[in-house]
Amino acid sequence: MKIIILGAGQVGSNLAEHLVREGSDLTVVDLEAEKLAALQERFDLRTVRGQASHPSILRLAGADDADMLVAVTLNDETNMLACKLAGTLFNIPTKIARIRSQDYMRHPELFAPEHFNVDHVISPEQEVTDYLRRLIDYPEALQVVDFAGGRIRLVAVKAHGGFMVGHALKHLREHMHLMFREHPQARTGIDARVAAIYRHDRAIVPQGDTIIQEGDEVFFLAATEHIRAVMKEMRRSDQGVRRVMIAGGGNIGSRLAKNLERDYQVKLIERGKKHAEALSHELEHTLVLCGNGTDEDLLLEENVEDIDVFCALTNDDEDNIMASLLAKRLGARKVIALINRSTYVDLLQGGEIDIALSPAQATIGPLLTHIRRGHMAVVHSLRRGAAEALEAVVHGDAQSSKLIGRRIGEIKLPEGVSIGAILRRDEVIIVHHDTHIEAEDHLILFVPNKRMIPKVEKLFQVGLGFF
Amino acid sequence: MPVMRRRVFPILHVLGMIVMVFGLSMLAPLLLAELTRDGAQRAYDLAAPITIGSGLVLWLGGRHWRRELKTRDGILLVVLTWTLLPAFATLPLLLHMPGLGVADAYFEAMSGLTATGATVLSGLDDLPPSINLWRAQLHWLGGLGIIVLVTAVLPLLGVGGRQMFKSETPTPMKDTKLTPRMAETAKGLWLVYVMLTSVCITVLWVLGMSFFDAVVHAFSIMGLGGFSSHDASMGYFDSIPLEIAVAVFALLAGINFATHFAALRGRRWGVYRHDPEIRWYLSFVLLSGLALALLLWQRDVFLDLSDALRYTLFNTISVATTLGFATTDYGQWPFFAGLWLMFLCSFSTSAGSTGGGIKMMRAILLFKQVYRELERLVHPDARIPMRLGREVVPNKIVYAVLAFMFIYVASIVTLSFALSFTGLDVLTSFSAVVGCINNTGPGLGQVGPATTYAVLTDFQAWVCSFAMLLGRLELFTLLVVLTPAFWRR
Repeated sequence: MKIIILGAGQVGSNLAEHLVREGSDLTVVDLEAEKLAALQERFDLRTVRGQASHPSILRLAGADDADMLVAVTLNDETNMLACKLAGTLFNIPTKIARIRSQDYMRHPELFAPEHFNVDHVISPEQEVTDYLRRLIDYPEALQVVDFAGGRIRLVAVKAHGGFMVGHALKHLREHMHLMFREHPQARTGIDARVAAIYRHDRAIVPQGDTIIQEGDEVFFLAATEHIRAVMKEMRRSDQGVRRVMIAGGGNIGSRLAKNLERDYQVKLIERGKKHAEALSHELEHTLVLCGNGTDEDLLLEENVEDIDVFCALTNDDEDNIMASLLAKRLGARKVIALINRSTYVDLLQGGEIDIALSPAQATIGPLLTHIRRGHMAVVHSLRRGAAEALEAVVHGDAQSSKLIGRRIGEIKLPEGVSIGAILRRDEVIIVHHDTHIEAEDHLILFVPNKRMIPKVEKLFQVGLGFF
Repeated sequence: MPVMRRRVFPILHVLGMIVMVFGLSMLAPLLLAELTRDGAQRAYDLAAPITIGSGLVLWLGGRHWRRELKTRDGILLVVLTWTLLPAFATLPLLLHMPGLGVADAYFEAMSGLTATGATVLSGLDDLPPSINLWRAQLHWLGGLGIIVLVTAVLPLLGVGGRQMFKSETPTPMKDTKLTPRMAETAKGLWLVYVMLTSVCITVLWVLGMSFFDAVVHAFSIMGLGGFSSHDASMGYFDSIPLEIAVAVFALLAGINFATHFAALRGRRWGVYRHDPEIRWYLSFVLLSGLALALLLWQRDVFLDLSDALRYTLFNTISVATTLGFATTDYGQWPFFAGLWLMFLCSFSTSAGSTGGGIKMMRAILLFKQVYRELERLVHPDARIPMRLGREVVPNKIVYAVLAFMFIYVASIVTLSFALSFTGLDVLTSFSAVVGCINNTGPGLGQVGPATTYAVLTDFQAWVCSFAMLLGRLELFTLLVVLTPAFWRR
């Protein structure tokens, strides 16, 4: 597949890395030669230097026979214009634009084919903000990702003192049904499926008799309203979150504060005096503090020991690490650090810092969704890019598809890949061995290793039958 | 004199125009006097030509020095307008009642134009109707603002016009523009004002006033003045429906006219809910009224609870909105009640309304500033903006409000001393100054609702006239003209 990427910033280069590995022909366009040189050195791709919204530059980048245009420059207007040109002048079939401004996002009709002609809109800052919001809503979770438009969630938790610790997986359902009988006010049919277990960073294929041990990282799928109940099985529940402190009032920090401020008590620390002033005008219920997130006196003054979640979200990896380590030492219950460098993420996750979040990982999923072959509705990158969770749509009929009409147990899946849930029309089904697959089902799969992705994609392709 | 030539002459042309417009407004009572032969014809026959003629002389004489008005010209023009027009307004009074004396006549005219409603006259019922109309008409013209009227009618004020508009409109937030052009804003405001007044006249007429009384009282109510055509004020009518109507229209006139304008233009009633002042204004006035009613009932001032509610609510609304009509002598109420009414009238009405006082908006800002300082003690590093509704108020305005408060209090203290120094008792001096500077009208003691300001000596009348002007122009506009810096190059 021939793909043009406009913009070689963080989002653009991270996407390029993923796509080159998956075997696409890439051309990256940017204004800065150094960025392009760095990219070309690391990956096998072509680069063009110039203004991304100029037709001549697009032609130079091979727009005439490209299959896809991904406009992810920092400038919304450039991205929108490039998509418009790609449609009008070059007839590129798929056009994806990154839009940062929420003002544009409020008018989806702008992106219709007769206007800006954007097929898919992505908003990385919004993705990261939503991601953080889910982590704050479920403070026990290590990762929470949405499927089926938010109806189904995949949650990663560290097993710790819950009922299931020391029990086999097959008891999960029984126990939850027992709980249901004790608490009739709970909704009927609480069900969940454990998709993967990581023990000492090594994947274990979950079987009925797998016993969960203290410290296991458990990935489970459940309907959104049941997440809390299932989480209780794995972990002694913590207190709810009320106080959140955010260090860094940049794009992500301010969005998160705005998102949280009605439901939580939010304090935001911003270093720049003028920017802090502007933020204090914009955020109505957030207490904006002017200072440094790594300033011990400031943190103590603002009672960091009573903070439930501390998020370090500045642009500077080292600052984020130091601020979150400091906050943890001073008594914050849970600390989250935003870290761009993937090596740092691997170093820190699971140590003093509860969650090391790489924005690239959080935002690559939606992009991959539109790029993958077969009909992918959602793609989420897990465990720092090693694993993936997919929501894929089953097309075709019993003859042309390898899936339709079969039971889950019959399908030959690569080792470790598991189907956890199905969205059938509007119904959420947690699957078992005897569940049948129907046409237009959305399957939610867990893929423990990215190398297996092509095999999985093949399963979903509609073939020409078996003769 | 070079200073005169530099500062004063360039504005004479425009000032002449304003005086002429003001003179033309004398034609209404003149017509009434001629038609009814009420005895004041001769006064108007002289006063109107003198005023219009003076205006013409200024207009023609100032033509030579006219130039684009600057900010300072605008301020001076406002101050000169507001000191000269009352002088012209005294003409009909002096010509008809030569015994009145210049100080008292100027006091009466200033009280009319600033919509204060303090009067030195008694025997109002026997005055010629044209004189009563003239007094009420002064309220009505001055209530929303003469310069605003002139801006609406004559498109001759350039750059300085904007400054004049700001100097005359009573609000701390001077930069909210309703329409792109100043003249359009002025027209819009006057249109709303005229509409509300017409509705008010009709309602009062239907509820039993004579048409003439309805016009006089509607002018008085919408300008939140307080002149009546009867010595007993609203007590003369002794009618509950009329009192309710007066209270409702007084409350309406105490709301920012920009809000009325926005509501009428877009037919969106939601703007009233989003106005940050209205809820405080209404709750302060109405809750105070109810609480005072209960207090007075419990203290046996009124034997009936219904009587207590009727009289207390009406008089509370009337004084708090700086209207100043009375249906009973609240000077006889317990001391606390009278003081509370004086307190209410100093801050209840909204900015941009026709009422006086420091305005509810400034009170809210002051309160929020205090709260902000307290919060700063707890969070020394926090950036805490001040919000009014959803808008953030710039610090510049907060500082201006703090300075305003200081000068307001200082003015009350100084002027009270000036009055008591010349022989008035403390309660009378203090309440007279509060009544005048807030453009309310009646005070307590010797200038209470049952009496008039006739007890004042000439000097005291001048002091009170100054207080009214000070309050109407919101202190700064008048005070800046008294500073040497203003006259320097």
